[in-house]
Amino acid sequence: MRTNDVILQFTAKIVFFIIFFFSIHIFMAGHYTPGGGFVGGLLTASAIVLLVLAFDLKTVRSVLPINYTYLTAIGLLLALGTAAFPMLLGKPFFTHFFDYYNLPLLGKQSLHTAMLFDGGVYCVVVGVTMTIIQTIGEDE
Amino acid sequence: MSQVLYIFIPMLAAIFVPFLYKSVKNIHTGWFVLAVPATLAIIYATYIAKVAKGEVFLAELPWIPSLDISVVSYLDGLSLLFSLLITGIGSLVVLYSIFYLDKHKEKLHNFYVYLLLFMTAMLGVVQSDHLITLYFFWELTSISSFLLIGYWYTRDASRFGALKSMIITVGGGLMMLGGFILLYLMGDTYSIRELIAMAPELMQHPWFTWSLVLILLGAFTKSAQFPFYIWLPDAMEAPTPVSAYLHSATMVKAGIYLVARFTPIFAVSELWVWLVTGVGLLTLFWGSFFAVKQTDLKGILAFSTVSQLGLIMSLLGAGAVAFHVNGAADTVFKYAAFAAIFHLINHATFKGSLFMIAGIIDHETGTRDIRKLGGLMSIMPLSFTVAAIGTFSMAGLPPFNGFLSKEMFLTAMLSLQNFDLFGFDTWGVLFPIVAWVASIFTFIYSFYFVFHTFSGKYKPEQLPHKPHEAPIGMLISPMILAAFVVTIFFIPNIIGDTFVKPAVYAIQPFLYSAPGDIDIHVQAWHGLSPELFMTIGIVLVGVLLFVALPKWQGLYNAFPRALTLNNFYDKIMLGLDVGLNRVSRLYMTGSMRHYLLYMFSAIVVIVIGTLIVKDAFTFTFKGAAPIHPYGVILIIVLICGTCIALLAKSRLTAIIGLGAVGYTVALFFVIFNAPDLALTQLVIETISVALFLLAFYHLPKLGKSEERIRFQVNRAIISVAVGVMVTLVALSAHSQKLVPSISKYYEETVYSLAGGGNIVNVILVDYRGFDTLFEIAVLSIAGIGILAMIKLRMNRKGKAHENK
Repeated sequence: MRTNDVILQFTAKIVFFIIFFFSIHIFMAGHYTPGGGFVGGLLTASAIVLLVLAFDLKTVRSVLPINYTYLTAIGLLLALGTAAFPMLLGKPFFTHFFDYYNLPLLGKQSLHTAMLFDGGVYCVVVGVTMTIIQTIGEDE
Repeated sequence: MSQVLYIFIPMLAAIFVPFLYKSVKNIHTGWFVLAVPATLAIIYATYIAKVAKGEVFLAELPWIPSLDISVVSYLDGLSLLFSLLITGIGSLVVLYSIFYLDKHKEKLHNFYVYLLLFMTAMLGVVQSDHLITLYFFWELTSISSFLLIGYWYTRDASRFGALKSMIITVGGGLMMLGGFILLYLMGDTYSIRELIAMAPELMQHPWFTWSLVLILLGAFTKSAQFPFYIWLPDAMEAPTPVSAYLHSATMVKAGIYLVARFTPIFAVSELWVWLVTGVGLLTLFWGSFFAVKQTDLKGILAFSTVSQLGLIMSLLGAGAVAFHVNGAADTVFKYAAFAAIFHLINHATFKGSLFMIAGIIDHETGTRDIRKLGGLMSIMPLSFTVAAIGTFSMAGLPPFNGFLSKEMFLTAMLSLQNFDLFGFDTWGVLFPIVAWVASIFTFIYSFYFVFHTFSGKYKPEQLPHKPHEAPIGMLISPMILAAFVVTIFFIPNIIGDTFVKPAVYAIQPFLYSAPGDIDIHVQAWHGLSPELFMTIGIVLVGVLLFVALPKWQGLYNAFPRALTLNNFYDKIMLGLDVGLNRVSRLYMTGSMRHYLLYMFSAIVVIVIGTLIVKDAFTFTFKGAAPIHPYGVILIIVLICGTCIALLAKSRLTAIIGLGAVGYTVALFFVIFNAPDLALTQLVIETISVALFLLAFYHLPKLGKSEERIRFQVNRAIISVAVGVMVTLVALSAHSQKLVPSISKYYEETVYSLAGGGNIVNVILVDYRGFDTLFEIAVLSIAGIGILAMIKLRMNRKGKAHENK
């Protein structure tokens, strides 16, 4: 029997972007307000899961052709790279740098290498969550 | 320096033996090996003249200088005597083994490597002046002896004997190590010489008795004293050259050496005198009594060795008496130590030759069972002559050296009656009586050995081979030893002056200032003394009993097997094996629940016990925050959720209860101002509940009965105890904070140093980013693990087992 979930699918298409942008917001704002890479990653993953629920794994994979195992690895490398990079400059492992810049369009903003590290965390969390859900979901 | 290296010559030579064995096929490997002990014997012989004058030679090879451990070679009278016995008899045994072991059928490279290792070990034992290296060599003798006994490793009995001797001697060796360490702690030196010099101070130390007993245990196990002698008869499964070398002349005398070497330290103790003399005499009697029971030629010799070792041991104990007598050098007590060393030499000569003869008989007739042998006198006249010399000497008859040492033994035992300390004036009279009875049995088994083998009826039908005289090469070694037996009788004083007196001087250094001062002159004829009458009595009673032997030998069978020490040993081994197996089966049930019970109970006992013992439990309300009404509500919800999870009949309900607990915790985070935690907790709880539901959905249909967790009292008690424990610890920890929190620093520097506003996140990525790095690593590993478990399992259909 084929069911017609047109309402669910339509809502998911819209809600996905709301959740996704919220997760990006939480991730970006993590340094000053509650949030960060971990929660942001989980929320992004849940947005994708919503798509999976509304459509199915195959469709979602064709829409978002991401190898989540690679994403996990990229996240780990990014985190480790951010932590190790100061050693090249003769600073201790895990030294962070930050400063304030006047960026075009955005105005005065701070840029912080901790953000890169958090980006690594974000990638890992998305990657791992999706790996788990995908593998379990595909399992017979 | 080179003197130390001599010890290692056999070990180094052992490296080349396998190559010689493999490459030179035509020549028996033994010929090459023979050069090693022979050379060493010549080298040590050059020391004789100087050592006889009382000189000592010392050489040191540092091993672990920072721990003060070195290989020290100390040659005085005692060490030199043993070194000569080891190398001299070693040469003869190697010569004998060349003819005894077939070069085609036997694994000669194994044999000679083990033998050479043993030689190094033995030389090390007798020359070491350092406690730790002495122990090192001591265990090396145990190991090489284990290998030699198990040489024919395809035989059950060989392996059993090897294992038994290993367990007993290594057990004793470990005791001895304990004694050595105590000695080191008492004297703060590893050197035996220095320990001897400080003997009077050592005696005052509370550990003195402990180290005495432990070292004696080592000596008694190695020298096969009662009740540890049981390994020696089983060690007779070794090839006969090994029995002749290890189990008569050298290794079993390592314990004797140890007792002799430590006499100057311990002889001041009453316990030492009693233990050494008493155990020695008991062993002497026991060994000689049970030797008559044996039917195996080597069995008789094994018990005889046990008995003779007991004799030497008791003499050393009696020699210790001299330390308690003023002016001992002028009294009768001086004989004991002299007799001990003298008999040690004599025993090495005659017992070595007897073992070799037993090997010859075994080799030529194919059996060692004395019931099948008989009437070989005319077939093997040379072997008979040697055997007769050996046994008559063992029995203590003139004109053989055993007579002299036996007379001195009786003198020493008789003199013990005159000793008036330690209760010897009352019990001392027992010593000569036991010695006399044991001597009678010695006489009987000696005659039993030689006459039941060589005289009587010839029974060719029972012998596997047609017997004939042994090849001359095999007879050379026993004949040389037999020649010594006779020669020593006629020149006892030359032997005494060259070998015995320097050794006695080493045992009793406080009594004499030089070996020459020892005023003992051995005489074959010493007048109509009580000793002579005792000997005549021994011969008379011995002959009578020997003639009547067939009538009373059966009495031995009346002795129940259940009461023997061997049976006792077997029972202990079996009991340990079975019993310990049972014990570990008792608690290693394989059930995870049991193991969790053990762990939780152990944690509870340890933690609550510590709280009570240390009186660490305190509880104050000081510094506690006021309770918020929301908190109360949440706690009630939390408790309800927990109870549902525990008591629910359906698993689905339990999962939902658990989810409720998780969300309540998230709410707690909210009211305790932890928004990051609350966010994460909410999302994570959702995911884990979803995963639980997934697992629930896939439970197998079979046997999936919905029922409550069964109530079990012990589990309830332990879980309540764990809860109480955690609560108590948390309360106590909260009530006594010793250092203020460091969170102030984060609060102050979060903006200025780290450029952020969210302390939690800044701590996670900046202050303590290291932790986060590895947490995401953990997460990745979990993800990859799940991927691997699900994707990489073998395809169930078709290839169900990867092995097929």
